[in-house]
Amino acid sequence: MTKEPLRFHFDICGENFTSAGEASVSIKRILRQIGISPDIIRRVSIAMYECEINMVIHANGGTADVDVYTDKIILTLKDEGPGIPDLELAMQEGYSTAPDSIRSLGFGAGMGLPNMKKYTDVMDIKTEVGKGTTVTMTVFL
Amino acid sequence: MKIKTIVELLNAEVLAGADKLDTDVHSACGCDLLSDVLAFVKEQAVLLTGMCNPQVVRTAVMMDMRCIVFVRGKVPGQDVIDLAEEHGLVILTSDERMYSACGKLYQNGLAAGSVIDD
Repeated sequence: MTKEPLRFHFDICGENFTSAGEASVSIKRILRQIGISPDIIRRVSIAMYECEINMVIHANGGTADVDVYTDKIILTLKDEGPGIPDLELAMQEGYSTAPDSIRSLGFGAGMGLPNMKKYTDVMDIKTEVGKGTTVTMTVFL
Repeated sequence: MKIKTIVELLNAEVLAGADKLDTDVHSACGCDLLSDVLAFVKEQAVLLTGMCNPQVVRTAVMMDMRCIVFVRGKVPGQDVIDLAEEHGLVILTSDERMYSACGKLYQNGLAAGSVIDD
């Protein structure tokens, strides 16, 4: 029987870019407290941070759920934003639709999705134009 | 290299973490593009940057960095300084430009360190 995961839920506020990343900082702290190894913590928190930033830039926020199992951590970030019209293109390093205002803050270089894929073991994106996007990422412990 | 040596070499002002200047750091990176910090940084403990917003601190926290040096005389807002204090980061500001700040630290033995994909 699989042990029930530890579940953590966060609402990602999409109203201002200043607070983007707060949930990722929180999850980093929580994972440290429950004794997850530093390497795993870094991968999970970077992937979530990138995704959180994306949700704030493109989708006016959303929700993040982190489920910690004994053998894996599953991140599920869900928004009701505009969706991603061309996912293959969005996955390319350097491709970005972020506005200049975001670029001037050091983001929007088109590295977000590739980074999320790089730092996690499995990444799945379900997206529908006009409906929203759900990104599920798994890191094995 | 201790962070207090960085303060001396760059004639920097300490804005946060004044109690942590004895911390030893072994490598650094200079970058304004935070996406690239997240993509390539592996073990660098010091971030030199001209970017001046709260995301700089969160990015440094994500990468387990210890010290941020704002170059070109940039001074971040109090919200950034408070966030850094909360996370135990040292914040410095120096009038040096990016190139010369990196050069001085490198010349005095602070390495670049390895990056992801090395």
